[in-house]
Amino acid sequence: MITFERVTKIYPGSDEPAIDNVSFEVPEGEICVVIGPSGCGKTTLMRMINRLIPITSGIISIKGQNVAKMDVIELRRGIGYAIQQIGLFPHMTVYDNIATVPRLLKWDKKRIAARVDELLSLAGLEPDIFRFRYPRELSGGQAQRIGVVRALATDPPVMLMDEPFGAIDPINREVLQDEFLKIQAKVKKTIIFVTHDIHEAIKMGDKIALLEAGRLVQYDTPENLLVHPKNRFVKDFVGADRALKRLDLLKVKDAMMQNPVHCHMDDDAEVIAKHMKENQLTFLLVTDQNEKLKGYVNFYELKDHLGKVRDLVKPMTITVKPEQNLKEALSKMLSYDIGIVVAVDDDSRLKGVLNTRTLLSVVGDTYDERGGVWGKITQQGSISS
Amino acid sequence: MEVWHFITQNRQELMILFGQHAYIVSIAIVIAIFTGVPIGIWINFNKKAAEIVLYIAGIIMTVPSIALFGIMIPILSVFGHGIGSVPAIVALVLYAQLPIIRNTYAALKNVDKNIIDAGVGMGMTRSQVLLKVQLPMALSVIFAGVRVAVVMSIGIGAIAAYIGAGGLGHYIFMGINQTYDAMIKVGAICVAIMAIVVDYIFGIIENRLVSKGLRLS
Repeated sequence: MITFERVTKIYPGSDEPAIDNVSFEVPEGEICVVIGPSGCGKTTLMRMINRLIPITSGIISIKGQNVAKMDVIELRRGIGYAIQQIGLFPHMTVYDNIATVPRLLKWDKKRIAARVDELLSLAGLEPDIFRFRYPRELSGGQAQRIGVVRALATDPPVMLMDEPFGAIDPINREVLQDEFLKIQAKVKKTIIFVTHDIHEAIKMGDKIALLEAGRLVQYDTPENLLVHPKNRFVKDFVGADRALKRLDLLKVKDAMMQNPVHCHMDDDAEVIAKHMKENQLTFLLVTDQNEKLKGYVNFYELKDHLGKVRDLVKPMTITVKPEQNLKEALSKMLSYDIGIVVAVDDDSRLKGVLNTRTLLSVVGDTYDERGGVWGKITQQGSISS
Repeated sequence: MEVWHFITQNRQELMILFGQHAYIVSIAIVIAIFTGVPIGIWINFNKKAAEIVLYIAGIIMTVPSIALFGIMIPILSVFGHGIGSVPAIVALVLYAQLPIIRNTYAALKNVDKNIIDAGVGMGMTRSQVLLKVQLPMALSVIFAGVRVAVVMSIGIGAIAAYIGAGGLGHYIFMGINQTYDAMIKVGAICVAIMAIVVDYIFGIIENRLVSKGLRLS
């Protein structure tokens, strides 16, 4: 979709190329994160696509069309462009900001108004409240959402994003990243996304292009970048905690045990207690007839009870969604010290269970280069004595 | 008391002088805005021109105002307009250039590069960036320059009387010659009032034109 062929950029008056013979291809509908240490040329690379910076040699093409041969104004109007929050026009209302490119393309007023409302809703901002606000009346996160949907205004197939979440505090950045990924799942744009934050790159990228001093060092999926770093530089750049970073990539549904053992609210306590004793279960999950999670029961309370399970159910408040990543799941496990976390869908139906063992094995299995299994450590003390 | 007496006695003449003053200054300011702002915009695209223009405008500012009016007489008498309102207007236009050009230039230069970049990146042409982004954002600083020019021109406009253009300066000069206190005071007070009122009106216009999004909260 976007192709770089031997792209080189040498700034006037400089001997060293800022971009040195870079070739790669971004497939349609994917996010390609361009990352590298500062001064590596990542922004230069991006800005050559919409010709904000002229190319020295090589070809950049979109859908097979060489951008150098296109009308530059039309080219830019056909590409969504989002930069840091500061890129909103401060003298224009939210409405006028979003309407910028549609107006340049001479859309009629009704169409623009409808589109602005649609995009504000997409950004999770109530149109009636935000339509006529000025950027200074928005929080950083709100302004950034507007910046992103403004780039989506004319539904361009290609988007360029230069550290779009750079000016946001870490907590809100996570939220915005999640929201953006949700939007991207719907709109499926081909995106060049520049960042210097490796976490963001791993989270957002379908592919990551790692640059060093203008050269493309590795162009790969985040998974491969972490597991098979091409050289020392890549290894150092992704960081010593790259195994932990994989937790960002894997989803709960990849690691959870599906259809875990559970009982129903209307089961007899006696029967269930017996079953639990036979299987050495201390706790058991409880659902209703529709498989919606209701909570859990404790064997010691259940064993002498004459009645239904529902009398003794304790609510289970800490759950995850199958689509969440393992890092969030692990974080919940650690902060509540319960050793397991239950996955439920949006209707709170029981989907699976994740415990520390399965979680570590998923990360460990694929990461341990030599293989081998620790097995279950059940004894204490030294063997050699 | 004396001042009030003078005003009531010379109401009609005062109205005429006030009118002359307003006429000279308003024509000069209109011309100055329609030359200064475009020059300020133009020198934004041309660094060399910017240096030269700002230098010349700076030099004009340093010429004592009374001398500038005097210089106009021999130059414009070539065209048969040595004295009267024409040399006065020309002198005021020249004088008003610096604040207008300098503020326009600086205001456009200081528009955040990232915001201009956003406009260009979204596919605005150069003139669209200028009209839709740079000028609206620079407007309040340009206005500040215009207001300085207006207030200054109203004050300096008093000297126009010296080269036969009339205006409120007439009372000031005549008052000095005749050591007639009330006359000087009336001329000076009227000039001051005119400056304050016009500045206030420009303030209102500025408020209307400058986007609410740019006002400090």
